[in-house]
Amino acid sequence: MPSWPVLASQAFNGLALGTLLALVSSGLTIILGTLGVLNFAHGALFAVGAYTIFVALHYTSSFVLAILIGCVVMLAVGVLLERIIIRFFYDRPDEDQILVTYGIGIVLVECLRASFGGNAQRVPVPSWGQGATKLGFLIYPTYRLQLIAIVAGLLIGLYLVLYRTSMGLVVRAGIENPGMVGILGINVRRAFLLVFAIGVVAVGLAGMLYAPVIAVSPDMGANFMAQSFVVIVLGGLGSFPGAIVGGLIAGEIISLTSAFNSSYSEVMLYALMALLLVLRPQGLFGTEGRA
Amino acid sequence: MSLLEVDRINTLYGDSHVLFDLSIRVEQGEVVALLGRNGAGKTTTLRSIMGVLAPASGAIRLDGKPIGGLPPSVIAGLGVQLVPEERAIFGTLTVEENLRIAALTAPKAWPLERIYQVFPRLKERRKSAGRSLSGGEQQMLAIARALIRDARIILLDEPFEGLAPLIVRDLVTVARDLAAEGRTMIVVEQNVAAALSFANRVYGLNNGHVVFEGTPADLEANPDLARDFLGVAS
Repeated sequence: MPSWPVLASQAFNGLALGTLLALVSSGLTIILGTLGVLNFAHGALFAVGAYTIFVALHYTSSFVLAILIGCVVMLAVGVLLERIIIRFFYDRPDEDQILVTYGIGIVLVECLRASFGGNAQRVPVPSWGQGATKLGFLIYPTYRLQLIAIVAGLLIGLYLVLYRTSMGLVVRAGIENPGMVGILGINVRRAFLLVFAIGVVAVGLAGMLYAPVIAVSPDMGANFMAQSFVVIVLGGLGSFPGAIVGGLIAGEIISLTSAFNSSYSEVMLYALMALLLVLRPQGLFGTEGRA
Repeated sequence: MSLLEVDRINTLYGDSHVLFDLSIRVEQGEVVALLGRNGAGKTTTLRSIMGVLAPASGAIRLDGKPIGGLPPSVIAGLGVQLVPEERAIFGTLTVEENLRIAALTAPKAWPLERIYQVFPRLKERRKSAGRSLSGGEQQMLAIARALIRDARIILLDEPFEGLAPLIVRDLVTVARDLAAEGRTMIVVEQNVAAALSFANRVYGLNNGHVVFEGTPADLEANPDLARDFLGVAS
């Protein structure tokens, strides 16, 4: 049995991982829900985000400025991918969509490898996040605490966009029934571009923010993508609240299981998914709508 | 010039030919009922007008301008509004959000209060999720989404299907009021008595062809035709 400080520390790790998984998965789930495209390039885009801040920090010492530059780059990547490739696949069968996004993922990862080599790079923790913070019974790295707050803030921002703006209204309706959105006079394809770009910026931001706490390598997104697939299945395909709750659950399960035996952490996650699929196939927040 | 002219359209669902040289016209302020058996092509006609299905040949004109082949979002922008058979309420959106999204691109959208005067029940349920509504409430909301857009021509597909008689009576009252105000509508309905109670003119469809055109009185004078082709006993 691990000690209480270890468990508490792992619970915080779980929260940090969980909020990040929520951010990654919310991008994946709104793209899937609205566009009907399962984006297999999502993991590669996570890595692209991490490398963007790695490069940007060579030109500026400000972490915040580097993040802003990174967001602009990710926005451009998202818009270009949608306009040049993805939009031609909306009416194609699922397997074509999977193949093309998987292909985009491979190309992106290999571009990173060709440009930066296969070795892990380090992104420094920002100056305002150095050191550790005393939390009474436990001492915890300051940046990781800030990470939880920053990502929670981003998720609230995404929530406000989805639930308090006209564009969010179109996106949520489009997740349920894009055909009816068109019948009500809205050019739903135009909303698709925005949704794809937001999804790409969300996963890119996750990559940027997480870069200082893990090794930055071309393949760093693969594991995250597998976990975020589990998250959106747990939460319900296309559900934004589902991605948040699913992300937090997955993060805690992985981290808390690691406190006992790290080799079981992924096993526990997939076991939970299997159990949930038996008991509630549509996921925690899933509806009968389009998957 | 008619408000809407459907001129010898042929529409296919995949490989199956559903509409054959089908022509109908609708004048400003008129309510037209499309009657016929299941599979006669009534829903396909409405979907063709809305642009959900593109006719393979023929023309559809609104104010004399061709609209055939345009996407639904553009046709909706011109003032045509389909209220689909399955109602297609957004279940995760509230009643008010369903109305707001419908009003989003309408140039002369009604204020919410005007909708709530027509359907007081929707005001009571304005914060409820679409999926929690009863069948009758969903149908009210589906019609309300067309009204809030101030649509020039409303295409009602089986508006009374599967609803309790009391609710049908209320909806018929609303439809009659709309007709009396001069709102142009095309109604497809199995409940012939309900449809004829507010329609000015009737088209009978059979196997994708128009087999009858006339007033409700003409239809009553033709009981054999009504029975043999339309499967309706009037």
